[in-house]
Amino acid sequence: MSNPSHSEPDIRVRNFAGGISCPNPFWLASAPPTNCGEQIMRAFDAGWGGAVWKTIGAPVTNVTSRYSSIDWQGQRMMGFNNIELISDRPIETNLRELAEVKKRYPAHAVIASLMVESTREAWHDIVVRSEDAGADGLELNFGCPHGMSERGMGSAVGQVPEYAEMITAWVKEKARTPVLVKLTPNISDIRTVARAARRGGADGLSAINTINSITGIDLDTLIPRPNVDGRSSHGGYCGPAVKPIALNMVQQVMADAEAVLPLSGIGGIANWADAAEFLLLGCGTVQVCTAAMHFGYRIVEDMADGLQNWMRGKGFHTLDDFRGLSLHRVTEWKHLNLNYKIVAHIDEQKCIGCDLCHIACWDGAHQCIHLDRVTGPIDGHVELHSIPASHEAASHASVTLTPVTRRERAKDATSHGPYPTPLARIPRVDETECVGCNLCSLVCPVDQCITMVEVPTGLASETWDERTKGAACSAEPQIT
Amino acid sequence: MLSTFTEHPEIRERFGELHAPLTAQAAVVESNRCLNCFDAPCMVACPTHIDVPGFIKRIASGNLRGSGRKILEANVLAGSCSRVCPVEVLCEGACVMHRYDRPPIQIAQLQRHAMDAFHRSAEPLFPTPPHAIELRVACIGSGPASLACAAELRRHGARVTILERRALPGGLNTYGVADYKLPTADSLREVELIRKTGVEFRLGFAIESAADLEALESEFDTIFLGVGLGAMQKLGIPGEDAAGFGETAGILNALQLIAAYKTGHITRMHGAVVVIGAGNTAIDAAVAAKRLGADPVTMVYRRGAGDVSAFDFELEHARQEGVQFLWHRLPVAIRRADDDGLLLDVQSVEIVDGKFELVPGSITTIACRTIIPAIGQSPLTQLLSEFRRVDVEKGRIVIENATGQTSNRRFFAGGDCANGGREVVDAVADGKRAAQGILAAFQAATAEAVSV
Repeated sequence: MSNPSHSEPDIRVRNFAGGISCPNPFWLASAPPTNCGEQIMRAFDAGWGGAVWKTIGAPVTNVTSRYSSIDWQGQRMMGFNNIELISDRPIETNLRELAEVKKRYPAHAVIASLMVESTREAWHDIVVRSEDAGADGLELNFGCPHGMSERGMGSAVGQVPEYAEMITAWVKEKARTPVLVKLTPNISDIRTVARAARRGGADGLSAINTINSITGIDLDTLIPRPNVDGRSSHGGYCGPAVKPIALNMVQQVMADAEAVLPLSGIGGIANWADAAEFLLLGCGTVQVCTAAMHFGYRIVEDMADGLQNWMRGKGFHTLDDFRGLSLHRVTEWKHLNLNYKIVAHIDEQKCIGCDLCHIACWDGAHQCIHLDRVTGPIDGHVELHSIPASHEAASHASVTLTPVTRRERAKDATSHGPYPTPLARIPRVDETECVGCNLCSLVCPVDQCITMVEVPTGLASETWDERTKGAACSAEPQIT
Repeated sequence: MLSTFTEHPEIRERFGELHAPLTAQAAVVESNRCLNCFDAPCMVACPTHIDVPGFIKRIASGNLRGSGRKILEANVLAGSCSRVCPVEVLCEGACVMHRYDRPPIQIAQLQRHAMDAFHRSAEPLFPTPPHAIELRVACIGSGPASLACAAELRRHGARVTILERRALPGGLNTYGVADYKLPTADSLREVELIRKTGVEFRLGFAIESAADLEALESEFDTIFLGVGLGAMQKLGIPGEDAAGFGETAGILNALQLIAAYKTGHITRMHGAVVVIGAGNTAIDAAVAAKRLGADPVTMVYRRGAGDVSAFDFELEHARQEGVQFLWHRLPVAIRRADDDGLLLDVQSVEIVDGKFELVPGSITTIACRTIIPAIGQSPLTQLLSEFRRVDVEKGRIVIENATGQTSNRRFFAGGDCANGGREVVDAVADGKRAAQGILAAFQAATAEAVSV
């Protein structure tokens, strides 16, 4: 028997949504990476645990071009956008290849994403054919935000709880495998459709689909992207930029008693750490598209390996050991402790003197990080809290010379160069004024240089809810 | 155009650029590395206080025109500065990335990127000043200090004339900077931009007597002295004067050599060359001799490798070009060899109690074709002594640092003649400050005249 502490954590998925098992929780989302059987088999060889087939339905005609993206500070595809429709291949071809994939990869999850016209017959037909081909589960595409929605499908269904419930119920009349409903984020409250899907009998959910977007406008041609012969159309936004939105919606659904179902998390997942966050909010599997489109299937290696190593460090043996552990840590604002106080602390040994925290605090927060260090004996009045502009003015007025001799250069080395940061450039936090907002620690480029340190207030925890309820009680008229 | 200059193709070939410019995409990637520090140390370290993060972030955002204008606001010779500045001890040396265990931002390369784009745009340096002011200024010398002073004055509407004794304007930027750093044509391109702002140039205009000065004083309200330093110092050893530079062999000082190849008057060198001295100019001359075909090229210096006044990266560059070094040697005599070459006697020296002492019996002889003294420039004492009311100390014109004003209130000065010989960027900073000093003095005088 092996020593448990030396065995690799088990990341297999068992019985997700009432019946789907696979080698790991990493699925390719329904999208171009899952367009055909050849791709999906290569993806499985690379290490993906499952794949949701590019949405199967009556074939469409696509346009060129189809994608556009947002670059940020030289990084490509921080956000990604597409106006591609569902599969443009015949249903027969997709299902024949699906059967072939299932035959060769029986242990992997192959989910058929479906979208057909909104009639009971059409849905019954596609459900039966997909399951006959061997699909391990079905994902109802109620989320596609562009093109298909104009034809009464995709998010046109997903935005109306009654439609979503009705079609889910039709599907469940025939389905023998788990049915997942893919939710659109393009709705004021994602829980309304999640609840409807559950009422309709769904076994699970996938969230989120892409977000309506216009990624940008070409400032030479004035044509928005992507450009289709001089015009564009809103598309679906995804990639790293949408992860926070997706996490919030996942939390909303998972914390809602009427909506909660096994959930396949989607939205900006690019590595194991992103995946772990979705799992911590209760997801059973995760789906990836943009990162695979950016770097290829090979990214899954680190996703699986990294997740296992993190689990190992945390002492988790299976996915169930940590699934949903962070869910109860999210609450409504009114339940947060008003008496908790933290302040910024700057590690002078780590500070590189960029002073971004100073300007961020002055211009973007509460004016409590100062450049007013004083060294040596102090004689007389010391002016503190000079504003940022006066620092800059003094620098501009200073007379600087190029060091010429070696002695000058050596002297100069104390103020700059690969040496410790001069004290004058290390900002000081006024802890009495600091509101503990985190901004400085967020802008600081150096890891662990600015940390937020708890300051015990000596007060018992009190939330806004408790405080106002108490007030309401005391204000109530006394009836005797 | 002010002057026609055609680059010698052979020189262009032998003096290819030391650093290739960044591609547009590489510039964006590099500019995105910049942290955009508050009150950035790089800006403080620059004598002209270019808003470095300001121009770099404009490159990142695609605002290349804004980037160029931001730079030129602070430094009108930013193109040449981006090529010749010792950035390792200035902006890039001050970059906080050093303390972050990362290479500093390539500020010089990014500045060059923005400046190259600006020069391609053929835009004027700045818009024509809205109104002229009744101030006539003469700038003596056409090097970086005078150019910066003239541009700043023109920006505020003054009338400016630059007087230059040589045929081409630009001073050491044109005649004295190694061509692989700054080609002559690029220096002249920058001068041309300044001329187009309305600065008048009088080339081949030497000031040789008190009468010349008096004439200037009557023509102009204020005179800016940007005259630089004088000729290179002599070695002061026997045989130095006898061995004049000829067709085949001789003595040629470092600045003469650099000016001669940059203007295409020397395109080849042969045989062994000895450079005496180990400053930055000595290195430029040694590398130039090497590239012109001399072999071997040996630098002779009276101290050790750890004591050279050249920057470390310059010394390293010379090593990479194949220059050899002979440390702790002092030249003692020059003799003519039988084959028409030269014989340089050098003797070992030691420092005893802070003084150089020759080691008896240690004389060795180096056979060479050319000897290049590079032991510093002497101050222009003769000319300066003619400005009788301008105080001179240790060969430097004494100025008030913040304004450039000399002891004679009509005379201002800046650049090497005032700071004793520093970098181009120091000269630009001096010139700009002096212009602001001149303008402030003019405004004060005008206000006084009005109130009276």
